[in-house]
Amino acid sequence: MDIKLDIENRSKIIRSRIIETSHKAKMPHLGSCLSCVDILTTLYFSILKVDAKNPKLQNRDRFILSKGHGAPALFQVLAMKGFYPITDLDSFGEDGGVFAEHPPTPEYLPGIEAATGSLGHGMPMGLGMAMASKISNQNYNVYALLGDGECNEGTIWEAAMLAAGKRIDNLCVIIDYNKWQATDRTRDVMAFDPILDKWRAFGWDTIEVDGHNVNELLNAFSQFPSSNGKPTAIIANTIKGNGVSFMEDDNNWHYKIPNADEVKKSNIELGII
Amino acid sequence: MRNAFAEEVTKIAIEDKRLVLLSGDIGNKLFDKFKEAAPQRFYNCGIAEGNMMSVAAGLALSGLRPVVYTITPFTTTRCFEQIRVDVCYHKAPVIIVGTGAGLSYADLGPTHHSLEDMAILRTLPEMSVMAPCDSNELRQALRSALKLDTPVYIRIGKKGEPDIHNELTNFEIGKSVIVKSGKDISLICAGTIISEGIEAAKLLEEKGISVEVVSMHTIKPLDEEYLFKAALNFKMIISLEEHGKIGGLGGTVAEWKSNNNITINHQILGTPDEFMHEVGSQEYAREKYGLRGIKIADIVYKKYQNL
Repeated sequence: MDIKLDIENRSKIIRSRIIETSHKAKMPHLGSCLSCVDILTTLYFSILKVDAKNPKLQNRDRFILSKGHGAPALFQVLAMKGFYPITDLDSFGEDGGVFAEHPPTPEYLPGIEAATGSLGHGMPMGLGMAMASKISNQNYNVYALLGDGECNEGTIWEAAMLAAGKRIDNLCVIIDYNKWQATDRTRDVMAFDPILDKWRAFGWDTIEVDGHNVNELLNAFSQFPSSNGKPTAIIANTIKGNGVSFMEDDNNWHYKIPNADEVKKSNIELGII
Repeated sequence: MRNAFAEEVTKIAIEDKRLVLLSGDIGNKLFDKFKEAAPQRFYNCGIAEGNMMSVAAGLALSGLRPVVYTITPFTTTRCFEQIRVDVCYHKAPVIIVGTGAGLSYADLGPTHHSLEDMAILRTLPEMSVMAPCDSNELRQALRSALKLDTPVYIRIGKKGEPDIHNELTNFEIGKSVIVKSGKDISLICAGTIISEGIEAAKLLEEKGISVEVVSMHTIKPLDEEYLFKAALNFKMIISLEEHGKIGGLGGTVAEWKSNNNITINHQILGTPDEFMHEVGSQEYAREKYGLRGIKIADIVYKKYQNL
């Protein structure tokens, strides 16, 4: 099958599963999960050199979900990739399990590289992993997915300066620019724009894409790693709640839980039923 | 002490290719030999300690053994959440070194004092907390920390601290070292303040009180084996630290007593619950807080008489 179509189909299924999980487990951050689905599926089904059967392979690419509250999306993608059976996710949100709002530590779930959730930690940890690749003469790449709200955190910019300063060109960050943070428009909370210029000024190669357009994402990832020693920042313009018309760009879905009727409507829109 | 750190970490880096040294823009020229020996494994991470600690966790999770070095408040309280989440929660074997701990930088003001570090880092699961008393213990602490697969915090002095041990063998994390044996009082010390403890012990001996001086170089895990023996064999335990009286060596001994129904008299000697608003030398600060040998001897003598 055409890679673009394959990824788009997977994204629909993942979106549906996330919404159903949100309904069943009363899981928030639905809008934030839906905005990054296409980025995750593109990475896991076309870009990342990872082996679900050997999740600790030394030379694997590392993916860090720096916006840890997108974990319900990542959990679905990792299951689809084969890191664990999809049925494991039936226990989502149950007492004593590992599947909740944020990723657990790597030893508790294959495929996870860092337990994120406190914003501003994942990308700097990923920078350390990218530096380790160079120090140890390996050649893996590190990808970190950031929220736009997460860019409020100072450590993101500390890491951005260090990565560019030390020419850590095997680090790629993707900013899920869905224009919202928890309680307000990202641009109204802090001086977020022009975000692309900021990363460029910090010494990064920058690429701006439609974060729901698989071809644009594939094209952006094909330009990484750069040949000029710079790390790469992909600004992915996304829509919070993408894929379901009544959730799109409505920040109430940062915390709102869908009812059974809304789940059904979502699945119809996604073409799942 | 910091020169001993630079020398030892360089030696280890030559032997152990996993070691990576991260500095928070400190130690001008201090690490020249390290940089010469292992240029690919030295990073000046700038004045950005939160990021530096996360980077260290990332390195450690990738099989390397990072040592993070800067002035104590900046490698502890400044980046506490990174230590908690990225290092401890991930059980990442990062060695955190705080230089100029306690009142070493008394003349730089409270921004550079560190009188809370042991207390707060001790609360973190997986973390070991060490306060070596001299360069010999520091060298051993570093080598021992590298043998663990868990995080270790080591607080050290700055320069010119006296050597307490001529040589040191059988060093183990969590096993205290008896510097001088005694019969009446056990004086357990964390860090370089032990020199004041030794001075106090001499003065007390002159008054007929026999004091055992112990380097309790690890406050977590606590050397309970020594403490249980001390509780049986001595009339009193004095804990001495260049750290607040809340939550450090004294605090952990008090918890141990409570958890084990131990009734021996225990006195905590450390700094009070306050910031030091006037400037002064380390000696001045120790004097102010009753942490010089003569003052310690005086306090202990009075307590001992009232037993």
